[in-house]
Amino acid sequence: MALTIGRRKFLGVTAAAAATTLAAPAIVKAAGSKLRIGTFGGYFEESFEKFIYPAFTEKTGIEVQSFATPVPSVVVPQLKTAAQTKTAPMDVIMFSGVARAEGAKLGVYKTLDDKKIPNLSNLPERFQDRDAEGGLYGVGALSWFITLCTNTDEIPEAPTSWSALWDEQYKDQIGLLALPQNAWMLEVTATTFFGGTDILSTREGLEQVFDKLRELVPNVRLWYRDEGSFQQALQDGEIPMGQYYHDVAGLAAAEGFPVRSTMPKEGGVQDSGYWISPKYAEPIDEIHEFINFTSSPETQSLLARSVGTAPVVDLDLTDLTPEEISAVTSTIPPITPRYDVFVENKDWITETWNEMISS
Amino acid sequence: MSEKGIANKLLLLPSSLVIGAFVIVPCALVLLASLASISDSEGWVFALDLSNFARFFSWFYIERALFSIGLCMMVVVISLLLAYPFAYFLSGFSAKVKNIWLIYILAQLTLSEVLIAFSWQILLSRKSGLSNILVSLGLFDKPFAMTPSATGVLLGLVYLVIPFMILLLYPAFSRMDKSLVEAARTLGASPLRSFFTVVVPTTKSAIISSSVTVFVLTLGAVIVPQVLGAPKHWTLSVLIMDQAVFNSNVPFASALAVVLLLLSGGVIGTIFFLGKGKTA
Repeated sequence: MALTIGRRKFLGVTAAAAATTLAAPAIVKAAGSKLRIGTFGGYFEESFEKFIYPAFTEKTGIEVQSFATPVPSVVVPQLKTAAQTKTAPMDVIMFSGVARAEGAKLGVYKTLDDKKIPNLSNLPERFQDRDAEGGLYGVGALSWFITLCTNTDEIPEAPTSWSALWDEQYKDQIGLLALPQNAWMLEVTATTFFGGTDILSTREGLEQVFDKLRELVPNVRLWYRDEGSFQQALQDGEIPMGQYYHDVAGLAAAEGFPVRSTMPKEGGVQDSGYWISPKYAEPIDEIHEFINFTSSPETQSLLARSVGTAPVVDLDLTDLTPEEISAVTSTIPPITPRYDVFVENKDWITETWNEMISS
Repeated sequence: MSEKGIANKLLLLPSSLVIGAFVIVPCALVLLASLASISDSEGWVFALDLSNFARFFSWFYIERALFSIGLCMMVVVISLLLAYPFAYFLSGFSAKVKNIWLIYILAQLTLSEVLIAFSWQILLSRKSGLSNILVSLGLFDKPFAMTPSATGVLLGLVYLVIPFMILLLYPAFSRMDKSLVEAARTLGASPLRSFFTVVVPTTKSAIISSSVTVFVLTLGAVIVPQVLGAPKHWTLSVLIMDQAVFNSNVPFASALAVVLLLLSGGVIGTIFFLGKGKTA
C-alpha cells in the first residue's frame, strides 16, 4: 500500500529508496523567511503539507516551507557540519527515535525553552527528550503502533499475546521486520517473557533476551524490509501471522482483505517521530510556536484523523471517538522502544541480530 | 612521440579526468573513511584506525564475503551457459532478425533492479506465481511459494545480468570468421569438437571480459538478495548498505567495501591470470 510505504520511507525499505534519499539534495538553505520544516519523505511530508501546515499558518500567520529529509545517517552529519559553521539547514526536523539520540550525543540540537511550549504539559515524559542538564531538545511529534497481525482465513481466532509468535505450530510461517531498530523485537521479547524492558539495560540481560528471541527464528519465513511484500503475503495467507503496522492493517481490513490487527495484552510497540531543531536555527519564536502547535490535543486529533498517526498526548485530552482511537492506537499501555539501549549497544545488537536471523 | 601519438594522448585526457574525479577520488575517500574512528561527541573522524577491518574478521562477515563471491561466480557460470549459445546462434541470423533480438535485449536493460526483483517476487509467489502453472500441469497438488530462497536470488540475478552477458559476447561472435568452423568441419571435426576447439578459443577474451563484468555487476546487487532471499542469502553489499544507511556507521561500511573490493580484485585477477596462462 503506497500510503505507508511512503510514510515510513525514512526506514529505507528498499535500497532504491535509500539511494534516492541519499542522492536527494533535500537539505538546502532555503530563501525567504518561511519556517523550514523537514519530515520523512513520501506520505508524511505530503500529509503535513496538505493538512497540518495550512492549519498552522491559518492559526499563527507563519508560512511554512516543507522539505523531505534524507535518511538520518545523512542528516546527522549534515547537522554536524552546519553546526561547525554556525548555520542551520532547516529550522525544525522530524527525527526517528534512534537518530535523535545519536544527534543529541553530538550536541547538534538547539535547547528548547519549555516556557515557550505551554502545550508540552500534554505530553508524557517519554515524549520530552532532555539532556543531562535537563535541557529540552526533542518533543514527540506523532507515533505509530506495531502489532500482531494475522490473516483471518488462516487463523480464525485472533491470538492475544506476542507469545503466539513462539508457538511451534507456526513453524516457517511468520513474518517479522528485518532490522532490529524498527522491529523492536528485543523489547517485545523482554516485555512478554521478562516482565518489562528493564532487563535490556545490561549486556547479560540482552543476551538472555536474545536467547529467548532465537527460539522463534525457526518460525520466521520472511524477515521483511519492504512493507508491501509482507502485506501482500499476509493478505494472501501465504504468511498468516507477523508483526505489522496497526493503522495499515486496519486500512487493509477496511478494504475487505482478510487481515486483522490485534493489540496484544502485553501492548503494541509504539514507535515515534520527534521534533528537533538544529542548534543554530534562527527563528526561535516560530520554532517554539510550531512545536507548541503540534503538541496541542487539537493538532494531535487532526493528525490522527488525516495522517493516521497515534497521538503523543494523553488520549483523554483529544476529541477522538472510540472508533477513531482504536484505528490508530489503544488504551493498553504500549511497549516503548529502548532507543537508549540500541544506541549504546548498536554494533553488538546489529551483529548479534544479523547472526541470529542468518542462522 | 609522433603528432598522432600526442593527439591520441590529448584525446584520452577528458576521460582520464572523469575517471580520476569520479572513480579514483571516491575510492580514495572510501579507503580514508574505512580508517576513520567513531566517537560519541564528534561522529566519525579521520584517523588511522584499523578496528573496522579487525571487526570484519569474524566468521559471520567472512562467511558473508565467501557466500557473496560464490553466489556471483554461480551467476556468472549460469548466465554464461545461457547467453553463450544464444549469442552464437544470434550472430548467424539475418540482419533483420538480429536487430529485432538486439532491440529486445537492449529494452530489458531499461528495467531497474528494483523492478526485476519485485516482478520475480510475484512470479515466485504462491498465489500468482509459476507454481500455479506446475499445478495446472499436474506436477504438484497445490501451489507453493518459491521465495525467499537461494533459487529465487539466483533466478533474479541471472535475469538481471543476462542482457549484459549477451551484449558483451555478441560482438565477438559477429566478428568471428565463420570459415574457421567450416574448415574444421571439412577436416572431419564433429560439430561439438569444432565448437570447443575453434569457437570457444576464438571468443575466449570475450568470455573473460563478459564474466568479469557480470561478476562485478552481481557483486553490487543489493535489492535482489533482499527481496528474493532470506537473511542467509544476503550478500556483503546488503550488509554494507545497512551499516551506511541504517546504522550511520560509514567507517565500518567503508571497511567492508574495501574488503569486498580487494576480494573481487583478487577474483578478477585470477580470472585474467588463468585466461592468459591458457593462451600461453
